[in-house]
Amino acid sequence: MAKLALRDIRKTYHAEEIIKGVSLDIEDGEFVVFVGPSGCGKSTLLRMIAGLEEISAGDLLIDGARMNDVEPAKRGLAMVFQSYALYPHMNVYQNMEFGLKLAGMPEAERRRKITEVATTLQLDAYLKHKPGQLSGGQRQRVAIGRAIVRNPKVFLFDEPLSNLDAALRGQMRVELATLHRRLGATTIYVTHDQIEAMTMADKIVVLQKGVVEQVGSPLELYHHPRNLFVARFIGSPPMNFLSVRIVGSGPDGLTVETSQGARIDVPVLAESAVAGSDLTLGVRPEHIVIDAQGTVPGTIRLVERLGALTLLHVALEDGSVLIVQTDGDHGGQVDAPVRLTLLSENCHLFDAKGMALTKLMRHRLAG
Amino acid sequence: MTGSKRKFARIAIGTIGWVVALWIFFPILWMVLTGFKSEMDAISTPPHLFFTPTLESYHEVFAQADYWHFTFNTVLMSVFATGGALALAVPAAYAMAFYPTRRTRTTLLWMLSTRMLPPVGVLVPVYLIARSTHLLDTTLGLGIINLLTNLPIIVWMLYTFFKEVPVPILEAGRMDGASRWQEITVVLLPLALPGIASTALLSLILCWNEAFWALNLTSSRAAPLAAFIASFSSPEGLFFGKLSAASTLAVAPILLFGWFSQKQLVRGLTFGAVK
Amino acid sequence: METTLSPPKGKKGRTGAALFLSPAVLILLVWSLIPLALTLWYSFQNYNLVDPTLSGFAGLDNYRYLLTDPDFVWALLNTVLLVLGVLVISVGGGVLLAVLYDQDFLGRGIARILVISPFFVMPTVSALVWKNLMLHPIYGVYSAMMRAVGLTPIDWLQHYPMQTVMMIVAWEWLPFAVLILLTAVQSLDHEQKEAARMDGAGPVARFRYIILPHLSRAITVVIMIETIYLLTIFAEIWVTTSGGPGVASTNLAFLIYARALLQFDVGGASAGGVIAIVIANVIAAFLVRAVARNLEA
Ligand SMILES: Nc1ncnc2c1ncn2[C@@H]1O[C@H](COP(=O)(O)OP(=O)(O)O)[C@@H](O)[C@H]1O
Ligand SMILES: [Mg+2]
Repeated sequence: MAKLALRDIRKTYHAEEIIKGVSLDIEDGEFVVFVGPSGCGKSTLLRMIAGLEEISAGDLLIDGARMNDVEPAKRGLAMVFQSYALYPHMNVYQNMEFGLKLAGMPEAERRRKITEVATTLQLDAYLKHKPGQLSGGQRQRVAIGRAIVRNPKVFLFDEPLSNLDAALRGQMRVELATLHRRLGATTIYVTHDQIEAMTMADKIVVLQKGVVEQVGSPLELYHHPRNLFVARFIGSPPMNFLSVRIVGSGPDGLTVETSQGARIDVPVLAESAVAGSDLTLGVRPEHIVIDAQGTVPGTIRLVERLGALTLLHVALEDGSVLIVQTDGDHGGQVDAPVRLTLLSENCHLFDAKGMALTKLMRHRLAG
Repeated sequence: MTGSKRKFARIAIGTIGWVVALWIFFPILWMVLTGFKSEMDAISTPPHLFFTPTLESYHEVFAQADYWHFTFNTVLMSVFATGGALALAVPAAYAMAFYPTRRTRTTLLWMLSTRMLPPVGVLVPVYLIARSTHLLDTTLGLGIINLLTNLPIIVWMLYTFFKEVPVPILEAGRMDGASRWQEITVVLLPLALPGIASTALLSLILCWNEAFWALNLTSSRAAPLAAFIASFSSPEGLFFGKLSAASTLAVAPILLFGWFSQKQLVRGLTFGAVK
Repeated sequence: METTLSPPKGKKGRTGAALFLSPAVLILLVWSLIPLALTLWYSFQNYNLVDPTLSGFAGLDNYRYLLTDPDFVWALLNTVLLVLGVLVISVGGGVLLAVLYDQDFLGRGIARILVISPFFVMPTVSALVWKNLMLHPIYGVYSAMMRAVGLTPIDWLQHYPMQTVMMIVAWEWLPFAVLILLTAVQSLDHEQKEAARMDGAGPVARFRYIILPHLSRAITVVIMIETIYLLTIFAEIWVTTSGGPGVASTNLAFLIYARALLQFDVGGASAGGVIAIVIANVIAAFLVRAVARNLEA
């Protein structure tokens, strides 16, 4: 069991800063997900924690001890690689045994541990198989098993599911979450897939270009994104954005007007907002309703029927398109005119710098 | 294409394939056959395809030269040169493949360019150095020269094989606590084994067949098969049976070895050319 | 994917890597510099093994003597001819044979083994077999075949020495080209070939636009390795023609050998060695650049 602390961690490659000062606290037993677009530095950060990459500046503390200069194997971590990185010349048993052997664990104990872990992961029938003879999902399990047998204080995962097909990915997601609950070990999990992040994380760290954009629980990020980047990145289908202008402010929030003249009262702290200044309004697809009395007119351009729900792509008069989520039975047809209502208490406002204006009420699940 | 047309094409291709193969192989086949002919049969015109095989020529060859001595020298020299070159090349290729610096490529190409040094250009000093260090006409001396001349190509081959090893596997080894020595011996070498085997095979073949240094740096004591065959060449050139028997003896071990290891050799003989 | 290992403990890891590299580099440095320096030294000396009265500094005499020697020009020309001729035959033939033996036919495996066999035969033996068993004007198989169809046998080595040597060397190196090119052809993605077929490409177009480009790296490698060996061809000439008639089949390697070991002229031979090294380096520079470009991708 372990606590991690990152203190202004930086990474420089050839004079180019890839990680630009990351500070983070990870509690004992927490499941933390690093998420962000490809190339933002997630793997680099994880590999610095693992000891596979040198830390250019800053401190890495595990249980209070500085680990920057400690060998990877001595940090008490185990890592599952995206490509699994199994030893192709060793069978499943030997793959799991290798680290234990190097650590000097007695033969009998090794056997007991590996058998136990193999049983949990349903690998007992494959112990004599080479990785080449296994399916993708089985290899994945071996990679996880190899990490578990070492009984690490911290698990590190680098996009472990990205090589699996969609169905298997869903299944492994559940298994990993269950495993984490059972073992209770601190886990850092890297992914570019926000669904994995939302479903598994206790805490999500959103990264962009080597900078932490926001840290928080999944619903905190969903309902209270700190800026436009997080708002855009979290949620699928993504949040809709409209340009608006402030036309009034009061204790209940700001009144803004769209380019078509529709007015919306958004409950945010007025702070330094000045009437007449331009903002960006964000609203999620499920927070727009089709409503004959709606103030925003538009035309349906595309209907995506997912069964349980329907996504309507509605073009407004100024050409911008909003995605609207309705129920699966909605009868909307392409080219039909509709009127929309934006649920104002669920709307977000972002200033010219892209920062969110503080909402007056916290979402009940956002903590 | 219709079925019969396709079948015809296949038969035609097969015929061409076999004719070309037999044509290319014919000199070797003829050499082996001639070795079993009497000297009279060997120079009969037109040449006989059918004849009474005899071991006459082989008896004479064995009487004239100590074949096993030459073979022993060749094997010893080739194994020493190959083993030594691999021992130097593995760490070098490891460093270049996994810890590349700005100079790595230049270093590799420079190594290759040393191989282009014409042996004859440095024959005189090498001969004189070998003489003064008492390495002239020794298996060790010839082995060292072969080691040096093959080293660049061996480094290059190993480098291309190591480049193909996925780095995360070595990193997994590190996470498992492998020391650098274990990383190389327990993780990297088994992974690159097919490539290393084919590198070793190529090196053995090149050493076995090397003639220039063998002819110029050895005379009797350490002479390899390349020199053995030379002793049957000019003055007795017309004894075709004997010449063929000696030739067959000189190439048979490496030819059989090449045939048996052919798959292995081909598997790795790509120099990173297959991408 | 990461292509490099990061040394976990900073500078120490890198110096460690340098230590791994240094034995090979040092030994090759010694090997390439000491003989080179000595050769350079001798090339400026009067030094004849059988005539001790000739000694002392020779200045550029050895070079002047060599460069004005018509034999030298011939040798140079022959060296280039030999390299180019064999490269053309072995690469051209190698590509065709690689495609041929990539086709499926009865006994293909055995046919392949037969084709690559000459590569395992030592150069001295190849040369002896060709000179005596195949091309001998009286007893050679080829002469018998010519007689059988009513032609007069030719003394190949006498009348076409350079071409014949070239042919023998090509016979040795063609299998090597086939070996590497065949591996490369077989690695070609089947879907790519099928896609080309869907696009309506016939066999010729497929060869031209799919197979040849795919082989370019492998061809570079073949050229590189073969050139290394072809520049220094020696045993084949020594066995078949001894460089003759005259200097008709003398290449640089053989000329220097003749100077050094037959005329005992160490100074002159060393000057030839220096020139051979210079030429090799010029060619190496070109080749290495081409290879480097090809190995980048
Ligand atoms: N060894 C390296 N040398 C130079 N740049 C690198 C290296 N590894 C990663 N980078 C750069 O660092 C950035 C972050 O990479 P990475 O951490 O792999 O991103 P992610 O895992 O988020 O996709 C990328 O822009 C990448 O090009
Ligand atoms: Mg990554």
